[in-house]
Amino acid sequence: MGKKTLMLGNHAIARGCYEAGVTVVSSYPGTPSTEITFAMTQYKGDIHAEWAVNEKVGCEVVVGASIAGARAFTGMKHVGLNVASDPLYTASYAGVNGGLVLAIADDPGMHSSQNEQDSRRHAIASKCLMLEPADSRECLEFTKKAFDLSEEFDVPVLIRLSTRISHSQGIVEEGERIKRDLPDYKKDASKYVMMPVFARGRRVFVDERDRKLVAYAEKSPFNVIEDNNSDIGVICAGTTYQFSREALGDKASYLKLGVVNPLPVELIKEFAKKVKKLYVAEEMDPIIEQHCKAIGLEVIGKDLFPTIGEYSQGIIREKVLGEVKEHSVFPEAIPVRPPVMCAGCSHRGLFTVLGKLGVMVNGDIGCYTLGATPPLSAMDTTICMGAGVSSLHGFNKGRQGDYENRAVGVVGDSTFIHSGITGLINIAYSKSNSTIIIADNTITGMTGGQNTPANGLDIYGDSAPSVDIETMCKACGIKRVTVVDPSDMAETERVLRQELDANEPSVVISRKPCALLKGFVKNKPVAVDPNKCTGCRVCLKVGCPALSYKDKKVSVNKNLCVGCGVCGQLCKPAAFADTVSAIDNGGND
Amino acid sequence: MNTVSIMFVGVGGQGTLLASRIVGNVLLNKGFDAKVSEVHGMSQRGGSVTTYVKYGDKVYSPIVDKGEADYIVAFELMEAARWVEYLKKGGKMLINTQQLSPMPVITGAAEYNSDVIDKIKALGIDVISLNALELAEQAGNDKSVNVVMMGVLSNELGFDKSLWTDALRECSPKAALESNEKAFELGVNV
Ligand SMILES: Cc1ncc(C[n+]2csc(CCOP(=O)(O)OP(=O)(O)O)c2C)c(N)n1
Repeated sequence: MGKKTLMLGNHAIARGCYEAGVTVVSSYPGTPSTEITFAMTQYKGDIHAEWAVNEKVGCEVVVGASIAGARAFTGMKHVGLNVASDPLYTASYAGVNGGLVLAIADDPGMHSSQNEQDSRRHAIASKCLMLEPADSRECLEFTKKAFDLSEEFDVPVLIRLSTRISHSQGIVEEGERIKRDLPDYKKDASKYVMMPVFARGRRVFVDERDRKLVAYAEKSPFNVIEDNNSDIGVICAGTTYQFSREALGDKASYLKLGVVNPLPVELIKEFAKKVKKLYVAEEMDPIIEQHCKAIGLEVIGKDLFPTIGEYSQGIIREKVLGEVKEHSVFPEAIPVRPPVMCAGCSHRGLFTVLGKLGVMVNGDIGCYTLGATPPLSAMDTTICMGAGVSSLHGFNKGRQGDYENRAVGVVGDSTFIHSGITGLINIAYSKSNSTIIIADNTITGMTGGQNTPANGLDIYGDSAPSVDIETMCKACGIKRVTVVDPSDMAETERVLRQELDANEPSVVISRKPCALLKGFVKNKPVAVDPNKCTGCRVCLKVGCPALSYKDKKVSVNKNLCVGCGVCGQLCKPAAFADTVSAIDNGGND
Repeated sequence: MNTVSIMFVGVGGQGTLLASRIVGNVLLNKGFDAKVSEVHGMSQRGGSVTTYVKYGDKVYSPIVDKGEADYIVAFELMEAARWVEYLKKGGKMLINTQQLSPMPVITGAAEYNSDVIDKIKALGIDVISLNALELAEQAGNDKSVNVVMMGVLSNELGFDKSLWTDALRECSPKAALESNEKAFELGVNV
């Protein structure tokens, strides 16, 4: 018997890859998938792991590794698969040599995402096999098996996760890593060169494979009927199995689907025959429900259950049994507590200046997106990674030039490398008069601090060649490139005004390390002189969690403050006297 | 045995994650089936965070819903109020009275609720309240508020103390172990 441990779903996926003999892993971070790939670093020597530049690159790397004969893996968040879908859809035709598995972490309820997108749609469209584990133990088991299935059916296998599966720890039993010899690489243009003449042949193969996969789904040990009371039957998968099982217990029978694409037909019909009332419990899109209806079954699905957000045992209990657990309610409203930029965040100075300038801010995704929330409220748009650069050009063209001197694009350093560079080339090439700010905190902050191709460190923390962002911008065709320290707000404002006024494209790199970085040097916390503080509250506009306001005076939480000095720069009566010396000290404690 | 549900609520950065891992470790070594549900991503960014710990013979759902928690361990006062609805009838709340102002309070758009403990007690809820920040500072590390609260919780769950101290040793960063051990002890003695 292997060692039993309490393991995060994401770590269990990594463990499954290790035990399956995987040797190549390449992924771009994205909540809630990030820990899978970082956990691969503990298998250094057996597995080559890397942070890819973006999901498309990561996917292409593992497609190449698979063609070479290796077992290979990439993990990403749901929207990452949009970026990686181009290689995936055609890799599906080419099939695999070594097993190829992708884990896709959905985020129902949008705990940390910009949309609520159901990755099963991609599995259907790309005609790939998709498995959905329901806890950490299954994460390990399904992942390990996924590589066998990938090789058996010559198909990339997708593993669908969701926040609650990825980020819950459950008990798993570890196994041994299999011994696997690298198969030969054989040149085979008809399988791997997807030009029309060959792709047409593979298209036929894919259709045959689809039929075989349905036959597999009918008898897969991952699709399980649990017979209890036959009054109620629930078809469910992943989280919704756990929620339903907890809410209904033995009062219902269950068809728990571990294979969610393709869906079985006969198995579902067999289950339907056993029960009086048949429910389909699935978060997000009604995919199983529509399948059931298409094969002529009467089921209760989204007419009853929510179409939006995450489910819970409470929702299932209330909808199916009409029961609600008794609970107390606090007698008054409680202020919301939204996430905020950390004390000492490098983005705070930048967004304070942008708020003061009152410019249109075409934003992007990262910690700096918090600049959109009060009191900073200095962001106009956020769509997807990269749009912070490319869409500003579109905005400026759409406005026929009347915003060119009062609109900026903001993009983080990791996001710039991910998909901002192409947009910047487009700006230069299209003779756009756009002003782009790269908010460079030298790390991928939002997802928990992963190294980037521009900070000189790889996934293991070892040194690596790094992109010189200034040179990169110039190479894209941008002549005006300036670097500022955003904790000096006067200088940042001066440079931004100058670059907005210029009648050609420019890039301003706002550079200061993230305050959560290990080596970050904290200054002495600032202190407010209560005799000088007039209670004007101007400093509170920087939205720092270390400041508070009581009895008409501002005070500083010394446990949180890192002495960045941004607040003090706004203070007219100079009540933050300590601040200035802290900055002059050059960061000494 | 029925499943026992515990919720840790607090503010991102207060170490609810470490706390849930310590308890998870205790439960594993005690031989229970257990699930520990964490929140990542935004959790370091000062938002309201919850983690769930459940144990018993067989645990299904990893999350705790309204009216289900046997214990709510609140690392911050207002967060205790926010999550009251999740407490089971007859459940118990362990509350650190430390106050951290959320942004609407900092900017003056809203006020921090007053007399939170009294209002919770008025709902007929069993409450243990303490200033865990003070105890953490006494232990020599203001970041060990989470571990103080684990000490308080350990009294409620009543497993062998050695299980807790072992788990503490396993989960603590080396540099913080000594202060964490002190913090835990101070929590136990509350
Ligand atoms: C296609 C895609 N992949 C991944 C993510 C998750 N994600 C959001 S922002 C971000 C990067 C943030 O890093 P950076 O641009 O350096 O900004 P920071 O958070 O450090 O301020 C990532 C990985 C996403 N939203 N979309």
